[in-house]
Amino acid sequence: MTPFSVHRGQVAPLKRNNVDTDQIIPKQFLKRIERTGFGQFLFYDWRYDDQGQPRADFVLNQAPYNHASILLSKVNFGCGSSREHAPWALADFGFRAIIAVSFADIFYNNCFENGLLPITVDEETVDALFDLADRQRELHLTIDLSNQTIVTDDGSFQTHFPIDAERKQKLLKGLDSIGETLLHDAAIASYEKTHALPTVPSGL
Amino acid sequence: MKAETLFEKIWNKHVVYQESPDKSALLYIDRHYVHEVTSPQAFEGLRQTGRRVRRPDLTVAVMDHNVPTDDRSLPIRDEIAKRQIEQLAVNCREFDVPLLDLHHPDQGIVHIIGPELGLTLPGMTIVCGDSHTSTHGAFGALAFGIGTSEVEHVLATQTLWQSRPRTMEVRFVGARPHGTTAKDMILALIRQIGIAGATGHVIEYTGPAVAALSMEERMTLCNMSIEAGARAGMVSPDQTTIEYLRSRPYGPQGPAFEEASRRWLALATDAGASFDQVIEVDIHDLAPMVTWGTNPEMSAPISQRVPDPQDEKDPVRADMMRQALAYMDLKPGTPLDQIAVQRVFIGSCTNGRLDDLERAARVIEGRRVAPGVRAMAVPGSGRVKRAAEARGLDKIFVAAGFEWREPGCSLCLGMNEDILAPGERSASTSNRNFEGRQGRGGRTHLVSPEMAAAAAITGHLTDVRHLSTEVQV
Repeated sequence: MTPFSVHRGQVAPLKRNNVDTDQIIPKQFLKRIERTGFGQFLFYDWRYDDQGQPRADFVLNQAPYNHASILLSKVNFGCGSSREHAPWALADFGFRAIIAVSFADIFYNNCFENGLLPITVDEETVDALFDLADRQRELHLTIDLSNQTIVTDDGSFQTHFPIDAERKQKLLKGLDSIGETLLHDAAIASYEKTHALPTVPSGL
Repeated sequence: MKAETLFEKIWNKHVVYQESPDKSALLYIDRHYVHEVTSPQAFEGLRQTGRRVRRPDLTVAVMDHNVPTDDRSLPIRDEIAKRQIEQLAVNCREFDVPLLDLHHPDQGIVHIIGPELGLTLPGMTIVCGDSHTSTHGAFGALAFGIGTSEVEHVLATQTLWQSRPRTMEVRFVGARPHGTTAKDMILALIRQIGIAGATGHVIEYTGPAVAALSMEERMTLCNMSIEAGARAGMVSPDQTTIEYLRSRPYGPQGPAFEEASRRWLALATDAGASFDQVIEVDIHDLAPMVTWGTNPEMSAPISQRVPDPQDEKDPVRADMMRQALAYMDLKPGTPLDQIAVQRVFIGSCTNGRLDDLERAARVIEGRRVAPGVRAMAVPGSGRVKRAAEARGLDKIFVAAGFEWREPGCSLCLGMNEDILAPGERSASTSNRNFEGRQGRGGRTHLVSPEMAAAAAITGHLTDVRHLSTEVQV
């Protein structure tokens, strides 16, 4: 997994509450068995019309947002289906971070497995960023994960964001969590020896 | 001894390792359900790293999400779906995972087959790469949806790192009025607390109205916990739980069952145990609910009208309502029971069980589907389908003009050919009414099976209680 330390990038404002994973990646694109190539289908129903042509009024179809790497949204981003295809599509499109007031739990977890940083800040801060993005299309932010800061190029806007220490370390190091867990193999084996496990009968 | 909640008892019993109480815990997973859509990349990950499935004997795979629900003897027409379905078979063979494939008599929706086969039991930790895994919490299990990376993690280690969620008691106050269902209870809760109202929490549903629910109804209730943002939903095991589990094919049998039952009953939340948050939902006046918008909190009793965004004081919410009504092509003030539908779907992990089909069949018996309406009944599993046919429900559905189909997720998420055309409107017993959920441009109204059946008969959303006085619902 790509580690995340400091990232500077263009902001794309998506001013909506409750952006659900069915919107982030519609179901017709979940049949692929690969982990890559989902970026082209990101926000498909909002991005393309019935003929498959890009909708000019959708933010990610406009320059400079089509090269954005930081997504700005509102409340409860990523709600609904558990599909990890959602963070895969966002990462494949080029996003490295999402700033929102709140996230749905499963989506939030999934981001950390894919080097994508979900940043939770209060509504006032999110609204201030939307205002900045309104005034300044080329809004770039620098996100520093170690220091947990977000800053504009001219330094006029700065904020600190909270993040769980374990999750932070994981992203900073780009850790493979399975490898890490297997360090506890003895504990898992001992749990298995001391508990009656509900094994599935053979010949199901 | 400290009074504990059901959640606390299960959680504490499954911690394999935890550095300190403020850190995330490594939880042992008792049951891992796998399906074709969220697992291929996980198995590929194992292959690339040379890892094995640690406990194939605690894992069960089934094909459900994108399987066709028409004639199973025909080849699958969708080439990409076919590849994904075949890949699951290849993966299960290679990694020794038990699989219920398309032709297995017990194939069905993962959240329906687990409980009915006795693979889901009280006290278990259960995960699946599907958000509606919360369904299994009806048995007093801790069951939650995970992403594909976590699927790979569980396959490789049979564990998962979890930060301890907060707990929420949702107490239903009052008796459930005649003619209302568990679906109406959960829609009423989501309307009250919002679709992010339980984020970060595990819900336990309590109150006499919950104790009075059948296991099928408790599954409907727990199923849509995720639609309130919850990690999981659960109900403490009681005698209803025990009776449902008695003589399930793969659950404990004989004296082992009696012994297990005693342990299961002891899992129930202790008197005096406390929750981080308590929500009361008064259901004295509960009426059949329908959604009018594009997320599950946008609902109202069927007797009401489409709300007016102008009456909403919060400008952000008013804006969301406007967007939703534009997508749904609805005008404020329209009586909900005048909204015409072209499609009706009875099925899904929310409402695709025998009990659901039976209640819908009672509404349509002796009646005909309205002209211009296409109605589908999709049993949740092979067992549900056979049991329904043994009771003649298929004949009732077909005589009324319904399609009677093969088990699968079907129109709930429209991954197979069962989708809405752009602009089509459905009354659906599924769980999500997001934009495009049932097909691009499709418009979904979530309802109970009885309400879906009534809409099929009249061609518009209808209060099933008033459909006709001679129908007992």
